[in-house]
Amino acid sequence: MNKAINSAADAVEHIQDGATIMMGGFGVCGIPENLVAALHARGTKDLTLISNNVGLDDFGIGTLLKKGQVRKMILSYGGECKVFEDMTLTRQIEVEWTPQGTLAERIRAAGAGVGGFFTPTGYGTLVAEGKETRLIDGRWMVFEGPLRADFAFVKAWKGDVLGNLEYRKTARNINQVMATAADFVIAEVEQLVDIGGLHPDHIHTPGIYVDAVLRGAKYVKPIEKLTVRKAAAHV
Amino acid sequence: MSDTRIVIAKQAARLLVNGDYVNLGIGIPTLITNHLPKGVEITLHTENGMLGYGPYPHEGEQDADLINAGKETITELPGCSYFGTEQSFAMVRGGHVDVTVLGAMEVSADGDLANWMIPGKKVKGMGGAMDMVAGAKKVIVAMEHATKDGKPKILPKCSLPLTGKGVVSAVVTELATFTLGQGGLTLTALHPDTTVDAVRKVTGADFKVAKDLASYER
Repeated sequence: MNKAINSAADAVEHIQDGATIMMGGFGVCGIPENLVAALHARGTKDLTLISNNVGLDDFGIGTLLKKGQVRKMILSYGGECKVFEDMTLTRQIEVEWTPQGTLAERIRAAGAGVGGFFTPTGYGTLVAEGKETRLIDGRWMVFEGPLRADFAFVKAWKGDVLGNLEYRKTARNINQVMATAADFVIAEVEQLVDIGGLHPDHIHTPGIYVDAVLRGAKYVKPIEKLTVRKAAAHV
Repeated sequence: MSDTRIVIAKQAARLLVNGDYVNLGIGIPTLITNHLPKGVEITLHTENGMLGYGPYPHEGEQDADLINAGKETITELPGCSYFGTEQSFAMVRGGHVDVTVLGAMEVSADGDLANWMIPGKKVKGMGGAMDMVAGAKKVIVAMEHATKDGKPKILPKCSLPLTGKGVVSAVVTELATFTLGQGGLTLTALHPDTTVDAVRKVTGADFKVAKDLASYER
C-alpha cells in the first residue's frame, strides 16, 4: 500500500481537539518540524503531548504552547523553553514528569503489547508516589505502565512509501520507539526513496508500524547550542 | 587555587578506570575529558543515543543531527555507534554503563541526590538523571563544595526533591573527595591548600577520614 501523503496540512487534518500525540526529537534535534508547524497552523486545541522535550519558545512544541493549544505535557525535560517554564509555574498546563528512560520504556511496552514493568528508576522520589513498589533481586523497583497515544509524529532521514524508515545519527532518539505506540503514526522524512531504495538491513522502523509518510517540504533543523573546537581539543 | 571547576574535573578524572564506558552530565563533568590521566581511555555515552562521541566539530563542520545530551554539536570517533532512546536507557538501567559523573544541588550522607527541581522556582525536569543514577555501576557527583551563598551542599538529609535514593558512590569537590557506603561519608582525598577542619566547617554532614588520605595533584 502506498502510504505517501501530499502535505503536512493533509497529515494533521483528522486530528481532533483533545487528541493525545507523541512527538519525537531530543531538544530540537530530529523533531517532526513540518507536522508541528501544520498542527500550529490548524490550531487544534486541548492536546496532550508526549515528548522528551518542549523545543524552544519559537520552534517546535514551544510554538504550540504559546498559542494555547496544549492542555497537558508528559515529558522528561523542559529547560531552555521559557514559555513552558512560565506556564508550568503558573499552572496553565498540566505536567507529568517522567524520567527519560522510563518514558521510552513505557512507550516501548505499549508498542510491544507489554502491560508495564518494574524499574529502579525514581524509587524513593516524587515520580514513585502512588505507584506499586516491589523488592526484586535485592533492589526496590517502581511499577510503570505502558504509554500509548492517538497519533505519533516521527521524523526520519529517509523513508519509502511502504513506511520503512531510516534515521540519521542522534536525530533518531525517541522517534524510533514512538513509531511503535500510537493508533496512527505519521512519519515525515527528508528523502522519500523508491521501494527497494533502503537497504533492508538498514531499516530502523519497518513499515508495519507506520500509517502515513510525508516528505517534509522544508527543513530548518536549527542547532540549539553551536559548539566548535578551539585550538586545544575539547569535548 | 586554580579555577575550581578544573580542580574538580581533574580530580574526578582520576576516579575513572581505563576502558570505562562513561556518561558525563552537563557542566563541570564535560571538562573531565581534557584531564584524563595518562593511559586511561574511556568511551563516552550520551543519553540521546550514541556511544563513542568525540570533540566539538571544527567550525563549518557542525551537523544538526549530531549533538550530545547538552544539545551541543559533537563529532564521531571511529568505532562510534547510534541507537534509539529506549536502547540508550536499557544499557544504562541494565548496568552496562560503568560510571556516570553529574552535578548536584544537594547530596546526603546516605547517598541521596537532589539535582532536578526546586519547588516553585525551577522546573527544568529530570531528563535522564533519575535513570542514570539508578542504573550506572558507579555514580560520581562532581560539584562545588558549597552554594554561591556559602551554604553546605553535603548534608545529613536532602531538603530538595530527590533524583535518587542511596545512589551516590563518591563526591568530588574543589576541596575534598568522599566515598559513600554503609558507614556513611569517608573523606578519601584533600586539596593541599585546605585542612580536614576547614572542610568540616563547610560540610553539613559528619564524615570519617580515611587512614590513607590522599592529596589532590596540583
